[in-house]
Amino acid sequence: MLSISVDSHFVHKMWQDNELSRMVEGGVPFPMVSDAGGKIGSVYGVYNEDAGVEMRGRFIIDPDGVIQAIEILSPPVGRNVSELIRQIKAFQHVRATNGDEATPSGWQPGKPTLKPGPDLVGHVWEVWKVDEAF
Amino acid sequence: MKELKIGCGKPTGSKVGEPGREETAGVEAENKKEAAMSVAKVGAKAPDFEAPAYQAGGFGQVKLSDYLGKWVVLCFYPGDFTFV
Repeated sequence: MLSISVDSHFVHKMWQDNELSRMVEGGVPFPMVSDAGGKIGSVYGVYNEDAGVEMRGRFIIDPDGVIQAIEILSPPVGRNVSELIRQIKAFQHVRATNGDEATPSGWQPGKPTLKPGPDLVGHVWEVWKVDEAF
Repeated sequence: MKELKIGCGKPTGSKVGEPGREETAGVEAENKKEAAMSVAKVGAKAPDFEAPAYQAGGFGQVKLSDYLGKWVVLCFYPGDFTFV
């Protein structure tokens, strides 16, 4: 986990000391990266030049360094950590099966996966129900 | 995290956009091409960067490609002391 904003690492320290450590015991455990000037955010497509800040961009990067998921929210709406963790578990499952299995909408660990192949074409309705998406 | 020497003169600007080390075989040639273009896209190599960071009471230098071999979540946010 890496958090990143245009604030300096000195301001990150002040935020950790004065506020975050009062929300999380011992403060947040991950590196708080400084992207002064928004260069990194520009490359990742989340830097808003007019406002001089970065949108709530969230990137899941696999062990090969490949981006598997992107979510970008405008500032007033916060993220959902449960959904982030669900997505990471799903990507890890798919990777562990070498891509032989896929996780349908609403999948959670322990729920059935799909094995894409010629036999499944047109038959997903038999093995997956819409209720499972929620 | 590599330790960072703290002084007043060092700008906090970051190196960014260099493709990460090609450590793992099996990543399609297409992904390498995308990384060279340095634009973050699903299915493409995450553009590498190096930047100063604060963690656990100390300052350091973080390089994304140092995390190859691990799952990484990179979270951008508008600013420290903002509300959400």
